[in-house]
Amino acid sequence: MITVPLWRVAHGRTGDKGNRSNISVIAWHPALYPLLAEQITAPVVAACFAHRRPSHVQCHLLPNLHAMNVVLDEVLDGGVNDALNLDSHGKALSFLLLDLPLQVPATLLPLLRGPNTTDNGDTP
Amino acid sequence: MHTTPLLVGCAAGFSGDRTDAAAPVVQALVASGGPAVLIFETLAERTLALAQLARRADPDAGYEPLLVAMLAPVLGDCLRHGVPIVGNFGAANPAGAARRITALARELGLPLPRIAVVHGDDVSGPEHRHLLPQMHGRAIVSANAYLGAEAIAQALRAGAQIVVAGRVADPSLTVGPALAHFGWAADDWQALAGATMAGHLLECGAQVSGGYYADPGLKDVPGLAQLGYPIAEIHADGHCIVGKPAGSGGRVDEHTVKEQLLYEVHDPAAYLTPDVVADISQAHVDEIGPDRVRLRGVRGHARPATLKANVCFESGWLAEGEISYAGPRAEARARLAADILRQRLAGLGPLRADLIGVASVFGDDAGRWLAATPAGDAQDVRLRVALRHAERASAERLNREVTALYTCGPAGGGGVRTALRPTLGTVSCLLPREALHAGFIWFTEGAAP
Repeated sequence: MITVPLWRVAHGRTGDKGNRSNISVIAWHPALYPLLAEQITAPVVAACFAHRRPSHVQCHLLPNLHAMNVVLDEVLDGGVNDALNLDSHGKALSFLLLDLPLQVPATLLPLLRGPNTTDNGDTP
Repeated sequence: MHTTPLLVGCAAGFSGDRTDAAAPVVQALVASGGPAVLIFETLAERTLALAQLARRADPDAGYEPLLVAMLAPVLGDCLRHGVPIVGNFGAANPAGAARRITALARELGLPLPRIAVVHGDDVSGPEHRHLLPQMHGRAIVSANAYLGAEAIAQALRAGAQIVVAGRVADPSLTVGPALAHFGWAADDWQALAGATMAGHLLECGAQVSGGYYADPGLKDVPGLAQLGYPIAEIHADGHCIVGKPAGSGGRVDEHTVKEQLLYEVHDPAAYLTPDVVADISQAHVDEIGPDRVRLRGVRGHARPATLKANVCFESGWLAEGEISYAGPRAEARARLAADILRQRLAGLGPLRADLIGVASVFGDDAGRWLAATPAGDAQDVRLRVALRHAERASAERLNREVTALYTCGPAGGGGVRTALRPTLGTVSCLLPREALHAGFIWFTEGAAP
């Protein structure tokens, strides 16, 4: 097993409605999808966004699309109308999630995207 | 009632989108030789409230400010080649938009188009007030229900060349033309759901064709400066194939389509719209050619009994100020400036502080993220502070205190900018369908605004 950032395994986009954010996490290859389903769980996501105090986190699995849809309730400080953040939509939040560490079996390494460096591939 | 596919091109995904997007899309629609429609989606959650404020200031305003810039390059071609135009660019004043389009046609020397104006979304009047949430004395700026596709379809069936709507659900801009073209039964939930997700893929313009996707070295997209806006080929069973004009920039592949398919979706098995509840939990996305992606397997369930409405109200004032520090100990000086402002503005409510270049985006308004970010030695830092207050004079104090850092703050601060603006809040509610009376009327020049 090798630890890589999630963005080497999947890509995603954030959407917002009111005070709720959703982040898609889409595997770069079908064989990588099970890693998402196993490791990007609601508690892992909740810990990643702990500073925003999500009231509920749900990870909807979409095996046909090799993707998941992460829904975080009440993480936008009220949402686009009320937040004081420059990014009041939370549009950048996918990149916080995509930096989570993921354990990948060595056999799947050829399927990863991005720079295949060994010196920083093991950072947590 | 046709079985040939319908092409729906989307030339705008929000108010303020590129105004040169439509021409290549219309060229591709015309070149196809088949039935085709052009849509413009220009209403985000708050856009309509801003439009309502504009209309208060000027009764002729309140529609999409870029309407003429968006339509002028393509109006003639669309009218000549029988490509109807459907848009929610009417915003708070659909009749005003219709009048402006008529004037534009005259300016361009075109025959005057048959324009249908969709009505029924505005629920700010007294007859609907009892259905809206309690506002506790806050002044309502706008209240609009999300209408479905029916009125758009009726107008197109009746021969409209242009359909001007205010608030309709974004996918309904696509479902309406598909419903008119294929003549689906009102409860053909599978077909309606397919068209709804086709509309969902289109409704943000270039977000499905390579826009908002690029990440250099990881997700490269060619020709972002000349992005091709999307065209969906909708089939009689509701499945669709998404593409873009030949020779345009951008890309349409499995990954760009999946990102947009899940954009602003919550439960993928229940995407609620006025027309249908769409279910993409069993959907498939397949690349079937260069820049051609098929979406199939979308399922549909009976439409909701209620319609969503957004109520916008005046919510006070937002004050923002910024100042920059650079060179040795810049971050320490910026942090000190933030501490000074917290003391000077204590009692006015929560003050958000960001250190642009250190921590300014992922953080929360309460400052937990920034507090957990160890002090470093960043050499190029812009402090940004923000607060909200019901009273203008109180909010304005932030602007004065940031400006006063020029002489009272840490050494070397420069580039102060401040802004003060009124803010709008939004609450959503659900209305029974029976309370709404959507339909369309033909625009005539003598009509009252």
